[in-house]
Amino acid sequence: MTMVKQFFKNFFLVELLKGLRVTGGQLISKKITVQYPDEKTPKSPRFRGLHALRRYANGEERCIACKLCEAVCPALAITIDSTEREDGTRRTTRYDVDLFKCIYCGFCEEACPVDSIVLTDIHEFHFEEKGMNVIDKVKLLEIGDKYERDIASARHKDAPYR
Amino acid sequence: MAEIRNYTMNFGPQHPAAHGVLRLVMEMDGEVIERVDPHIGLLHRGTEKLAETKPYNQSIGYMDRLDYVSMMCNEHAYVLAVENLLGIKAPIRAQYIRVMFDELTRILNHLLWLGAHALDVGAMTVFLYAFREREDLMDCYESVSGARMHATYYRPGGVYRDLPDSMPQYEKSKWNNQKDTDKRNENRQGSMLDFIESFTDRFPGCVDEYETLLTDNRIWKQRTVDIGIVTPDRAKALGFTGPMLRGCGIPWDLRKTQPYAVYNALDFDIPVGTTGDCYDRYLVRIEEMRQSNRIVQQCIKWLRENDGPVILDNYKFVPPDRERMKNDMESLIHHFKLFTEGYCVPVGEYYAAVEAPKGEFGVYMISDGANKPYRVKIRAPGFSHLAALDEMSRGHMLADMVAIIGTQDIVFGEIDR
Repeated sequence: MTMVKQFFKNFFLVELLKGLRVTGGQLISKKITVQYPDEKTPKSPRFRGLHALRRYANGEERCIACKLCEAVCPALAITIDSTEREDGTRRTTRYDVDLFKCIYCGFCEEACPVDSIVLTDIHEFHFEEKGMNVIDKVKLLEIGDKYERDIASARHKDAPYR
Repeated sequence: MAEIRNYTMNFGPQHPAAHGVLRLVMEMDGEVIERVDPHIGLLHRGTEKLAETKPYNQSIGYMDRLDYVSMMCNEHAYVLAVENLLGIKAPIRAQYIRVMFDELTRILNHLLWLGAHALDVGAMTVFLYAFREREDLMDCYESVSGARMHATYYRPGGVYRDLPDSMPQYEKSKWNNQKDTDKRNENRQGSMLDFIESFTDRFPGCVDEYETLLTDNRIWKQRTVDIGIVTPDRAKALGFTGPMLRGCGIPWDLRKTQPYAVYNALDFDIPVGTTGDCYDRYLVRIEEMRQSNRIVQQCIKWLRENDGPVILDNYKFVPPDRERMKNDMESLIHHFKLFTEGYCVPVGEYYAAVEAPKGEFGVYMISDGANKPYRVKIRAPGFSHLAALDEMSRGHMLADMVAIIGTQDIVFGEIDR
Protein backbone atom coordinates (compact mmCIF):
# COMPACT_ATOMS: atom_id res chain seq x y z
CA MET A 1 0.00 0.00 0.00
CA THR A 2 2.73 2.44 0.98
CA MET A 3 4.52 1.61 -2.24
CA VAL A 4 1.45 2.50 -4.26
CA LYS A 5 1.07 5.69 -2.30
CA GLN A 6 4.74 6.50 -2.85
CA PHE A 7 4.36 5.82 -6.56
CA PHE A 8 1.47 8.25 -6.92
CA LYS A 9 3.28 10.83 -4.81
CA ASN A 10 6.27 10.53 -7.07
CA PHE A 11 4.23 10.46 -10.24
CA PHE A 12 2.26 13.60 -9.43
CA LEU A 13 5.33 15.54 -8.26
CA VAL A 14 3.70 16.20 -4.89
CA GLU A 15 6.81 17.43 -3.09
CA LEU A 16 7.76 19.74 -5.95
CA LEU A 17 4.27 21.25 -6.00
CA LYS A 18 4.45 21.79 -2.24
CA GLY A 19 7.70 23.67 -2.77
CA LEU A 20 6.11 25.71 -5.53
CA ARG A 21 3.31 26.66 -3.16
CA VAL A 22 5.90 28.20 -0.82
CA THR A 23 7.59 30.15 -3.59
CA GLY A 24 4.22 31.05 -5.11
CA GLY A 25 3.14 32.49 -1.79
CA GLN A 26 6.20 34.72 -1.79
CA LEU A 27 5.33 35.91 -5.27
CA ILE A 28 2.18 37.63 -4.10
CA SER A 29 3.22 38.62 -0.57
CA LYS A 30 4.58 42.02 0.43
CA LYS A 31 8.25 42.40 -0.46
CA ILE A 32 10.81 43.08 2.22
CA THR A 33 13.29 44.76 -0.13
CA VAL A 34 14.87 47.93 1.23
CA GLN A 35 15.14 50.38 -1.69
CA TYR A 36 18.65 51.37 -0.77
CA PRO A 37 19.54 54.90 -1.74
CA ASP A 38 16.03 56.10 -0.87
CA GLU A 39 15.63 54.17 2.32
CA LYS A 40 18.16 52.57 4.62
CA THR A 41 18.23 49.79 7.14
CA PRO A 42 18.04 51.11 10.69
CA LYS A 43 21.26 51.69 12.60
CA SER A 44 21.63 51.49 16.33
CA PRO A 45 23.38 54.17 18.41
CA ARG A 46 26.21 51.68 18.95
CA PHE A 47 27.07 51.55 15.25
CA ARG A 48 30.78 51.71 14.50
CA GLY A 49 31.53 53.54 11.27
CA LEU A 50 33.82 56.33 10.15
CA HIS A 51 35.97 58.06 12.77
CA ALA A 52 35.57 61.61 13.97
CA LEU A 53 37.23 63.90 16.48
CA ARG A 54 34.90 65.92 18.67
CA ARG A 55 35.08 69.38 20.22
CA TYR A 56 33.71 70.81 23.44
CA ALA A 57 30.74 73.17 23.20
CA ASN A 58 33.11 76.17 23.36
CA GLY A 59 34.92 75.03 20.23
CA GLU A 60 38.00 73.67 21.99
CA GLU A 61 39.11 70.32 20.65
CA ARG A 62 38.70 67.52 23.14
CA CYS A 63 41.80 65.52 22.29
CA ILE A 64 44.57 65.94 24.83
CA ALA A 65 47.07 63.67 23.04
CA CYS A 66 47.11 61.05 25.79
CA LYS A 67 47.70 58.48 23.04
CA LEU A 68 45.55 55.82 24.65
CA CYS A 69 43.81 55.18 21.32
CA GLU A 70 47.16 54.83 19.60
CA ALA A 71 48.26 52.35 22.25
CA VAL A 72 45.10 50.28 22.23
CA CYS A 73 44.59 50.13 18.47
CA PRO A 74 45.05 46.44 17.51
CA ALA A 75 45.70 47.32 13.87
CA LEU A 76 48.09 50.20 14.58
CA ALA A 77 45.92 52.43 12.42
CA ILE A 78 46.34 55.58 14.51
CA THR A 79 49.43 57.79 14.46
CA ILE A 80 49.75 60.72 16.83
CA ASP A 81 52.36 63.44 17.30
CA SER A 82 51.94 65.96 20.06
CA THR A 83 53.41 69.16 21.40
CA GLU A 84 52.73 71.85 23.94
CA ARG A 85 50.54 74.63 22.63
CA GLU A 86 51.22 78.34 23.41
CA ASP A 87 48.71 78.27 26.26
CA GLY A 88 50.58 75.40 27.87
CA THR A 89 48.10 72.62 27.07
CA ARG A 90 49.11 69.40 25.46
CA ARG A 91 47.66 68.99 21.96
CA THR A 92 48.17 66.81 18.93
CA THR A 93 50.03 68.17 15.96
CA ARG A 94 49.17 65.13 13.95
CA TYR A 95 46.32 62.68 14.24
CA ASP A 96 46.18 60.25 11.35
CA VAL A 97 43.81 57.33 10.99
CA ASP A 98 44.54 54.82 8.27
CA LEU A 99 41.13 53.58 7.23
CA PHE A 100 42.60 50.61 5.38
CA LYS A 101 44.29 49.34 8.53
CA CYS A 102 41.39 50.09 10.84
CA ILE A 103 39.29 47.08 11.78
CA TYR A 104 36.47 49.17 13.34
CA CYS A 105 36.66 47.37 16.67
CA GLY A 106 35.78 50.51 18.62
CA PHE A 107 38.60 50.17 21.13
CA CYS A 108 39.80 53.73 20.45
CA GLU A 109 36.43 55.10 21.46
CA GLU A 110 36.35 52.86 24.51
CA ALA A 111 39.80 54.01 25.52
CA CYS A 112 39.35 57.74 24.99
CA PRO A 113 39.03 59.37 28.43
CA VAL A 114 37.61 62.62 27.02
CA ASP A 115 35.19 61.19 24.39
CA SER A 116 37.25 62.77 21.65
CA ILE A 117 37.76 60.03 19.08
CA VAL A 118 34.44 58.43 18.22
CA LEU A 119 33.14 56.02 15.62
CA THR A 120 30.19 57.69 13.94
CA ASP A 121 27.36 55.94 12.14
CA ILE A 122 28.68 57.01 8.72
CA HIS A 123 29.35 53.93 6.68
CA GLU A 124 29.07 55.23 3.13
CA PHE A 125 32.45 56.67 2.24
CA HIS A 126 34.94 56.08 -0.50
CA PHE A 127 38.33 57.23 -1.71
CA GLU A 128 39.09 58.61 -5.14
CA GLU A 129 42.85 58.89 -4.99
CA LYS A 130 45.69 56.85 -3.62
CA GLY A 131 46.57 57.96 -0.12
CA MET A 132 43.16 59.31 0.73
CA ASN A 133 42.63 56.35 3.03
CA VAL A 134 44.72 58.17 5.64
CA ILE A 135 42.56 60.89 7.14
CA ASP A 136 44.26 63.60 9.15
CA LYS A 137 43.28 65.70 12.12
CA VAL A 138 41.68 68.48 10.07
CA LYS A 139 39.44 66.04 8.26
CA LEU A 140 38.54 64.19 11.44
CA LEU A 141 37.59 67.43 13.20
CA GLU A 142 35.55 68.46 10.16
CA ILE A 143 33.58 65.23 10.30
CA GLY A 144 33.10 65.74 14.02
CA ASP A 145 31.85 69.32 13.53
CA LYS A 146 29.48 68.32 10.78
CA TYR A 147 27.85 65.42 12.59
CA GLU A 148 28.20 66.59 16.19
CA ARG A 149 24.45 66.47 16.81
CA ASP A 150 24.11 62.85 15.65
CA ILE A 151 27.26 61.84 17.50
CA ALA A 152 26.13 63.47 20.73
CA SER A 153 22.65 61.98 20.60
CA ALA A 154 23.97 58.49 19.92
CA ARG A 155 26.45 58.78 22.86
CA HIS A 156 23.65 60.08 25.04
CA LYS A 157 21.39 57.14 24.17
CA ASP A 158 24.08 54.60 24.87
CA ALA A 159 25.52 56.26 27.97
CA PRO A 160 23.62 54.06 30.50
CA TYR A 161 25.27 50.95 29.10
CA ARG A 162 28.84 52.16 29.17
CA MET B 1 45.73 0.34 -27.72
CA ALA B 2 46.00 3.94 -26.63
CA GLU B 3 47.47 4.69 -23.26
CA ILE B 4 44.76 5.79 -20.82
CA ARG B 5 45.84 8.75 -18.76
CA ASN B 6 44.09 10.59 -16.00
CA TYR B 7 43.98 14.27 -16.39
CA THR B 8 44.46 16.90 -13.77
CA MET B 9 41.93 19.61 -13.22
CA ASN B 10 42.18 22.80 -11.29
CA PHE B 11 39.18 23.88 -9.26
CA GLY B 12 39.11 27.37 -7.82
CA PRO B 13 40.32 29.52 -6.10
CA GLN B 14 37.91 31.76 -7.98
CA HIS B 15 35.16 29.20 -8.47
CA PRO B 16 31.90 30.39 -6.91
CA ALA B 17 31.32 26.97 -5.32
CA ALA B 18 34.77 27.02 -3.73
CA HIS B 19 33.46 28.97 -0.71
CA GLY B 20 36.11 31.58 -0.67
CA VAL B 21 39.61 30.73 -1.67
CA LEU B 22 39.70 26.94 -1.88
CA ARG B 23 41.92 25.59 -4.59
CA LEU B 24 41.68 21.94 -5.48
CA VAL B 25 43.91 20.02 -7.80
CA MET B 26 41.86 17.05 -8.90
CA GLU B 27 42.98 13.99 -10.74
CA MET B 28 40.11 12.85 -12.87
CA ASP B 29 39.35 9.67 -14.68
CA GLY B 30 36.75 10.93 -17.08
CA GLU B 31 34.21 12.48 -14.79
CA VAL B 32 35.17 10.40 -11.78
CA ILE B 33 37.43 11.87 -9.13
CA GLU B 34 40.53 9.81 -8.45
CA ARG B 35 42.34 12.09 -6.04
CA VAL B 36 41.83 15.52 -4.61
CA ASP B 37 44.57 17.74 -3.33
CA PRO B 38 43.34 20.84 -1.50
CA HIS B 39 45.74 23.77 -1.60
CA ILE B 40 45.27 26.11 1.32
CA GLY B 41 46.90 29.23 2.63
CA LEU B 42 45.45 31.84 0.31
CA LEU B 43 43.73 33.60 3.19
CA HIS B 44 46.56 33.26 5.70
CA ARG B 45 46.82 36.34 7.87
CA GLY B 46 48.96 35.03 10.69
CA THR B 47 46.37 35.50 13.42
CA GLU B 48 48.21 33.20 15.82
CA LYS B 49 51.45 35.13 15.43
CA LEU B 50 49.66 38.47 15.59
CA ALA B 51 48.12 37.48 18.91
CA GLU B 52 51.60 36.99 20.35
CA THR B 53 52.44 40.63 19.75
CA LYS B 54 49.35 42.20 21.31
CA PRO B 55 47.95 42.50 24.81
CA TYR B 56 45.24 39.91 25.43
CA ASN B 57 42.20 42.08 24.83
CA GLN B 58 43.39 43.44 21.52
CA SER B 59 43.13 40.06 19.80
CA ILE B 60 39.40 39.67 20.43
CA GLY B 61 38.58 41.51 17.23
CA TYR B 62 40.80 39.20 15.23
CA MET B 63 38.92 36.15 16.51
CA ASP B 64 35.79 37.41 14.73
CA ARG B 65 37.69 37.27 11.50
CA LEU B 66 38.71 33.63 11.77
CA ASP B 67 35.46 31.88 11.05
CA TYR B 68 33.76 34.95 9.70
CA VAL B 69 30.28 33.43 9.71
CA SER B 70 30.29 32.36 13.35
CA MET B 71 31.93 35.38 14.89
CA MET B 72 30.89 35.36 18.51
CA CYS B 73 31.58 31.63 18.99
CA ASN B 74 35.23 32.26 18.15
CA GLU B 75 35.37 35.13 20.60
CA HIS B 76 33.83 32.87 23.20
CA ALA B 77 36.63 30.30 22.94
CA TYR B 78 39.25 33.04 23.18
CA VAL B 79 37.77 34.79 26.20
CA LEU B 80 37.20 31.45 27.93
CA ALA B 81 40.89 30.66 27.56
CA VAL B 82 41.90 34.05 28.98
CA GLU B 83 39.37 33.83 31.80
CA ASN B 84 40.57 30.41 32.83
CA LEU B 85 44.19 31.49 32.85
CA LEU B 86 43.26 34.50 34.96
CA GLY B 87 41.04 32.42 37.22
CA ILE B 88 38.01 34.66 36.78
CA LYS B 89 34.47 33.82 35.77
CA ALA B 90 31.98 36.00 33.97
CA PRO B 91 28.80 37.00 35.84
CA ILE B 92 25.87 34.69 35.26
CA ARG B 93 23.95 37.22 33.18
CA ALA B 94 26.93 37.65 30.89
CA GLN B 95 27.09 33.89 30.49
CA TYR B 96 23.44 33.78 29.46
CA ILE B 97 24.01 36.60 26.98
CA ARG B 98 26.98 34.72 25.60
CA VAL B 99 25.01 31.51 25.22
CA MET B 100 22.16 33.37 23.57
CA PHE B 101 24.49 34.97 21.08
CA ASP B 102 26.36 31.73 20.51
CA GLU B 103 23.09 30.14 19.52
CA LEU B 104 22.03 33.08 17.36
CA THR B 105 25.43 32.72 15.74
CA ARG B 106 24.76 29.04 15.15
CA ILE B 107 21.51 29.92 13.41
CA LEU B 108 23.33 32.58 11.39
CA ASN B 109 26.00 30.12 10.35
CA HIS B 110 23.60 27.32 9.48
CA LEU B 111 21.41 29.69 7.50
CA LEU B 112 24.36 30.79 5.44
CA TRP B 113 25.46 27.20 5.06
CA LEU B 114 21.99 26.09 4.01
CA GLY B 115 21.60 28.90 1.51
CA ALA B 116 25.05 28.49 0.00
CA HIS B 117 24.88 24.70 -0.08
CA ALA B 118 21.49 24.70 -1.77
CA LEU B 119 22.69 27.34 -4.20
CA ASP B 120 25.72 25.23 -5.09
CA VAL B 121 23.55 22.21 -5.65
CA GLY B 122 21.10 24.18 -7.74
CA ALA B 123 18.30 25.55 -5.56
CA MET B 124 18.37 29.32 -5.70
CA THR B 125 15.33 30.25 -3.63
CA VAL B 126 16.46 28.91 -0.27
CA PHE B 127 19.43 31.24 -0.40
CA LEU B 128 17.15 34.27 -0.62
CA TYR B 129 14.89 33.05 2.18
CA ALA B 130 17.84 32.23 4.42
CA PHE B 131 19.27 35.70 3.95
CA ARG B 132 15.94 37.24 4.84
CA GLU B 133 16.19 35.67 8.29
CA ARG B 134 19.88 36.40 8.58
CA GLU B 135 19.11 40.08 8.20
CA ASP B 136 17.17 40.13 11.48
CA LEU B 137 19.98 38.38 13.32
CA MET B 138 22.49 40.79 11.83
CA ASP B 139 20.36 43.59 13.25
CA CYS B 140 20.66 41.94 16.67
CA TYR B 141 24.42 41.80 16.26
CA GLU B 142 24.50 45.41 15.23
CA SER B 143 22.33 46.79 17.97
CA VAL B 144 24.21 44.93 20.68
CA SER B 145 27.77 45.50 19.52
CA GLY B 146 27.72 48.14 16.79
CA ALA B 147 28.88 45.95 13.94
CA ARG B 148 26.86 43.59 11.82
CA MET B 149 29.51 40.91 11.70
CA HIS B 150 32.78 41.60 13.47
CA ALA B 151 31.23 42.24 16.83
CA THR B 152 34.19 42.42 19.29
CA TYR B 153 31.53 42.06 21.95
CA TYR B 154 32.83 39.47 24.43
CA ARG B 155 35.47 40.46 26.93
CA PRO B 156 37.40 38.42 29.44
CA GLY B 157 35.14 38.88 32.47
CA GLY B 158 31.83 39.26 30.68
CA VAL B 159 30.47 41.13 27.71
CA TYR B 160 31.09 44.77 26.86
CA ARG B 161 27.59 46.22 27.22
CA ASP B 162 24.19 45.04 28.37
CA LEU B 163 21.44 44.37 25.83
CA PRO B 164 19.82 47.61 24.64
CA ASP B 165 16.28 48.55 25.70
CA SER B 166 15.25 49.68 22.25
CA MET B 167 15.76 48.64 18.67
CA PRO B 168 16.56 51.04 15.83
CA GLN B 169 13.60 51.60 13.54
CA TYR B 170 12.94 52.07 9.85
CA GLU B 171 12.08 55.52 8.62
CA LYS B 172 9.37 56.59 6.22
CA SER B 173 10.41 56.92 2.58
CA LYS B 174 8.88 57.44 -0.81
CA TRP B 175 8.67 53.68 -1.19
CA ASN B 176 6.94 53.02 2.10
CA ASN B 177 4.31 55.27 3.62
CA GLN B 178 3.70 55.64 7.33
CA LYS B 179 1.43 52.61 7.48
CA ASP B 180 3.95 50.31 5.79
CA THR B 181 6.74 51.70 7.92
CA ASP B 182 4.75 51.05 11.09
CA LYS B 183 4.22 47.51 9.94
CA ARG B 184 7.93 47.12 9.33
CA ASN B 185 8.67 48.45 12.78
CA GLU B 186 6.07 46.30 14.45
CA ASN B 187 8.55 43.95 16.14
CA ARG B 188 11.02 46.76 16.86
CA GLN B 189 8.84 48.58 19.36
CA GLY B 190 10.09 46.91 22.50
CA SER B 191 13.53 45.96 23.78
CA MET B 192 16.04 43.85 21.96
CA LEU B 193 14.82 40.77 23.82
CA ASP B 194 11.33 41.39 22.43
CA PHE B 195 12.81 41.61 18.96
CA ILE B 196 14.68 38.34 19.37
CA GLU B 197 11.59 36.74 20.83
CA SER B 198 9.51 37.71 17.83
CA PHE B 199 12.24 36.18 15.70
CA THR B 200 12.23 32.92 17.65
CA ASP B 201 8.44 32.72 17.38
CA ARG B 202 8.65 33.11 13.64
CA PHE B 203 11.75 31.07 12.96
CA PRO B 204 10.46 27.47 13.26
CA GLY B 205 7.95 28.34 10.52
CA CYS B 206 10.81 29.58 8.35
CA VAL B 207 12.70 26.33 8.90
CA ASP B 208 9.55 24.49 7.83
CA GLU B 209 9.61 26.53 4.63
CA TYR B 210 13.20 25.55 3.87
CA GLU B 211 12.34 21.95 4.59
CA THR B 212 9.34 22.05 2.26
CA LEU B 213 11.65 23.26 -0.46
CA LEU B 214 14.43 20.77 0.17
CA THR B 215 13.85 17.78 2.44
CA ASP B 216 11.61 15.74 0.13
CA ASN B 217 12.71 17.37 -3.08
CA ARG B 218 13.81 14.68 -5.52
CA ILE B 219 16.60 16.74 -7.07
CA TRP B 220 18.00 17.64 -3.65
CA LYS B 221 17.90 14.01 -2.59
CA GLN B 222 19.51 12.80 -5.78
CA ARG B 223 22.34 15.24 -5.23
CA THR B 224 22.93 14.54 -1.54
CA VAL B 225 21.77 11.06 -0.50
CA ASP B 226 24.69 8.60 -0.32
CA ILE B 227 27.19 11.27 -1.32
CA GLY B 228 30.32 11.63 0.77
CA ILE B 229 29.58 8.85 3.24
CA VAL B 230 31.84 8.73 6.28
CA THR B 231 31.66 5.82 8.70
CA PRO B 232 31.63 6.62 12.44
CA ASP B 233 35.05 5.02 12.92
CA ARG B 234 36.62 6.99 10.10
CA ALA B 235 34.96 10.17 11.31
CA LYS B 236 36.58 9.72 14.72
CA ALA B 237 39.92 8.83 13.18
CA LEU B 238 39.82 11.88 10.93
CA GLY B 239 39.13 14.20 13.84
CA PHE B 240 35.67 15.28 12.77
CA THR B 241 33.62 17.40 15.12
CA GLY B 242 30.29 19.16 15.04
CA PRO B 243 27.58 18.28 12.54
CA MET B 244 30.11 16.37 10.43
CA LEU B 245 30.56 13.93 13.30
CA ARG B 246 26.96 13.92 14.45
CA GLY B 247 25.85 13.20 10.90
CA CYS B 248 27.63 9.84 11.24
CA GLY B 249 25.61 8.99 14.32
CA ILE B 250 28.00 9.89 17.12
CA PRO B 251 26.23 12.09 19.67
CA TRP B 252 29.28 14.18 20.56
CA ASP B 253 28.61 17.79 21.37
CA LEU B 254 30.79 19.87 23.67
CA ARG B 255 27.70 21.65 24.93
CA LYS B 256 26.62 18.33 26.45
CA THR B 257 29.86 16.44 26.99
CA GLN B 258 31.83 19.22 28.68
CA PRO B 259 29.34 22.03 29.25
CA TYR B 260 30.77 25.52 29.34
CA ALA B 261 28.97 28.75 30.26
CA VAL B 262 25.39 27.84 31.28
CA TYR B 263 24.66 25.06 28.83
CA ASN B 264 24.07 22.53 31.60
CA ALA B 265 21.16 24.62 32.85
CA LEU B 266 19.44 24.59 29.47
CA ASP B 267 17.25 21.98 27.87
CA PHE B 268 18.10 20.94 24.34
CA ASP B 269 18.69 17.82 22.26
CA ILE B 270 21.57 16.69 20.12
CA PRO B 271 20.42 15.51 16.70
CA VAL B 272 22.38 12.68 15.11
CA GLY B 273 22.30 11.12 11.67
CA THR B 274 22.47 7.47 10.66
CA THR B 275 24.28 6.98 7.37
CA GLY B 276 26.76 9.85 7.47
CA ASP B 277 26.04 11.16 3.99
CA CYS B 278 25.44 14.73 2.84
CA TYR B 279 21.70 14.39 3.32
CA ASP B 280 22.08 13.30 6.95
CA ARG B 281 24.34 16.20 7.69
CA TYR B 282 21.75 18.48 6.13
CA LEU B 283 19.06 17.04 8.41
CA VAL B 284 21.31 17.37 11.45
CA ARG B 285 21.97 21.03 10.76
CA ILE B 286 18.29 21.75 10.15
CA GLU B 287 17.43 20.18 13.49
CA GLU B 288 20.27 22.07 15.16
CA MET B 289 18.67 25.31 14.04
CA ARG B 290 15.44 24.30 15.75
CA GLN B 291 17.32 23.32 18.91
CA SER B 292 19.26 26.59 18.90
CA ASN B 293 15.97 28.37 18.62
CA ARG B 294 14.82 26.53 21.73
CA ILE B 295 17.95 27.51 23.63
CA VAL B 296 17.53 31.15 22.63
CA GLN B 297 13.96 31.11 23.92
CA GLN B 298 15.11 29.75 27.27
CA CYS B 299 17.84 32.39 27.46
CA ILE B 300 15.34 35.15 26.70
CA LYS B 301 13.12 33.91 29.50
CA TRP B 302 16.01 33.86 31.97
CA LEU B 303 17.35 37.24 30.90
CA ARG B 304 13.94 38.83 31.33
CA GLU B 305 13.58 37.55 34.86
CA ASN B 306 17.10 38.15 36.09
CA ASP B 307 18.96 41.40 36.07
CA GLY B 308 22.53 41.92 37.11
CA PRO B 309 25.97 42.96 35.97
CA VAL B 310 27.19 41.79 32.58
CA ILE B 311 30.87 42.26 33.34
CA LEU B 312 33.01 41.87 36.43
CA ASP B 313 33.89 44.90 38.51
CA ASN B 314 37.42 43.67 39.06
CA TYR B 315 39.35 46.67 37.72
CA LYS B 316 42.56 44.71 37.41
CA PHE B 317 41.11 43.00 34.33
CA VAL B 318 38.04 44.99 33.34
CA PRO B 319 38.06 48.75 32.75
CA PRO B 320 35.75 50.74 35.05
CA ASP B 321 32.59 52.21 33.55
CA ARG B 322 32.90 55.66 32.01
CA GLU B 323 31.24 57.66 34.74
CA ARG B 324 33.49 56.17 37.37
CA MET B 325 36.52 56.60 35.15
CA LYS B 326 35.81 60.31 34.79
CA ASN B 327 35.12 61.02 38.43
CA ASP B 328 37.53 58.80 40.30
CA MET B 329 41.30 59.09 40.10
CA GLU B 330 41.89 55.46 41.04
CA SER B 331 39.58 54.31 38.27
CA LEU B 332 41.24 56.58 35.76
CA ILE B 333 44.57 55.01 36.62
CA HIS B 334 43.07 51.55 36.11
CA HIS B 335 41.62 52.73 32.81
CA PHE B 336 44.99 53.98 31.55
CA LYS B 337 46.79 50.92 32.79
CA LEU B 338 44.34 48.53 31.12
CA PHE B 339 44.29 50.28 27.78
CA THR B 340 48.05 50.60 27.52
CA GLU B 341 49.67 47.65 29.23
CA GLY B 342 46.60 45.46 29.59
CA TYR B 343 46.83 42.87 32.32
CA CYS B 344 49.44 40.25 33.07
CA VAL B 345 48.25 36.68 33.02
CA PRO B 346 49.76 34.11 35.41
CA VAL B 347 52.11 31.55 33.93
CA GLY B 348 50.23 28.56 32.62
CA GLU B 349 48.49 27.00 29.70
CA TYR B 350 44.90 26.31 28.93
CA TYR B 351 42.87 24.79 26.13
CA ALA B 352 39.39 26.26 25.85
CA ALA B 353 37.02 24.72 23.35
CA VAL B 354 33.51 25.65 22.38
CA GLU B 355 31.00 23.93 20.16
CA ALA B 356 31.14 26.36 17.25
CA PRO B 357 28.57 25.81 14.49
CA LYS B 358 31.17 23.95 12.46
CA GLY B 359 32.54 21.82 15.25
CA GLU B 360 35.03 22.10 18.07
CA PHE B 361 36.67 25.48 17.93
CA GLY B 362 39.50 25.59 20.40
CA VAL B 363 42.06 28.09 21.60
CA TYR B 364 45.17 26.72 23.23
CA MET B 365 46.90 29.49 25.06
CA ILE B 366 50.25 29.52 26.80
CA SER B 367 51.12 32.39 29.07
CA ASP B 368 54.61 33.19 30.28
CA GLY B 369 53.34 35.74 32.75
CA ALA B 370 53.51 38.72 30.42
CA ASN B 371 50.72 40.95 29.16
CA LYS B 372 50.78 39.14 25.83
CA PRO B 373 50.21 35.44 25.21
CA TYR B 374 53.37 33.43 24.67
CA ARG B 375 51.59 31.29 22.13
CA VAL B 376 48.04 31.00 20.83
CA LYS B 377 47.12 27.92 18.87
CA ILE B 378 43.76 27.91 17.20
CA ARG B 379 42.04 24.61 16.59
CA ALA B 380 39.78 25.17 13.61
CA PRO B 381 37.17 22.46 12.94
CA GLY B 382 37.19 23.10 9.20
CA PHE B 383 40.84 22.14 8.91
CA SER B 384 40.37 18.49 9.78
CA HIS B 385 37.21 18.36 7.70
CA LEU B 386 39.02 19.68 4.68
CA ALA B 387 41.81 17.18 5.24
CA ALA B 388 39.22 14.44 4.73
CA LEU B 389 38.00 15.90 1.46
CA ASP B 390 40.12 13.49 -0.56
CA GLU B 391 38.74 10.47 1.24
CA MET B 392 35.16 11.69 1.04
CA SER B 393 35.15 12.53 -2.63
CA ARG B 394 37.15 9.64 -4.06
CA GLY B 395 35.09 7.74 -6.62
CA HIS B 396 32.40 10.39 -6.84
CA MET B 397 31.55 12.42 -9.90
CA LEU B 398 32.87 15.91 -10.44
CA ALA B 399 29.48 17.47 -9.73
CA ASP B 400 29.37 15.76 -6.33
CA MET B 401 32.52 17.61 -5.36
CA VAL B 402 30.45 20.75 -4.97
CA ALA B 403 27.96 18.97 -2.72
CA ILE B 404 30.79 17.61 -0.56
CA ILE B 405 32.51 20.97 -0.20
CA GLY B 406 29.12 22.41 0.68
CA THR B 407 28.35 19.80 3.30
CA GLN B 408 31.71 20.32 5.00
CA ASP B 409 30.76 23.95 5.62
CA ILE B 410 34.22 25.16 4.77
CA VAL B 411 35.22 28.68 5.73
CA PHE B 412 38.70 29.73 4.87
CA GLY B 413 39.08 32.36 7.52
CA GLU B 414 39.53 29.66 10.13
CA ILE B 415 41.39 27.11 8.03
CA ASP B 416 44.10 29.48 6.83
CA ARG B 417 43.93 31.62 9.98
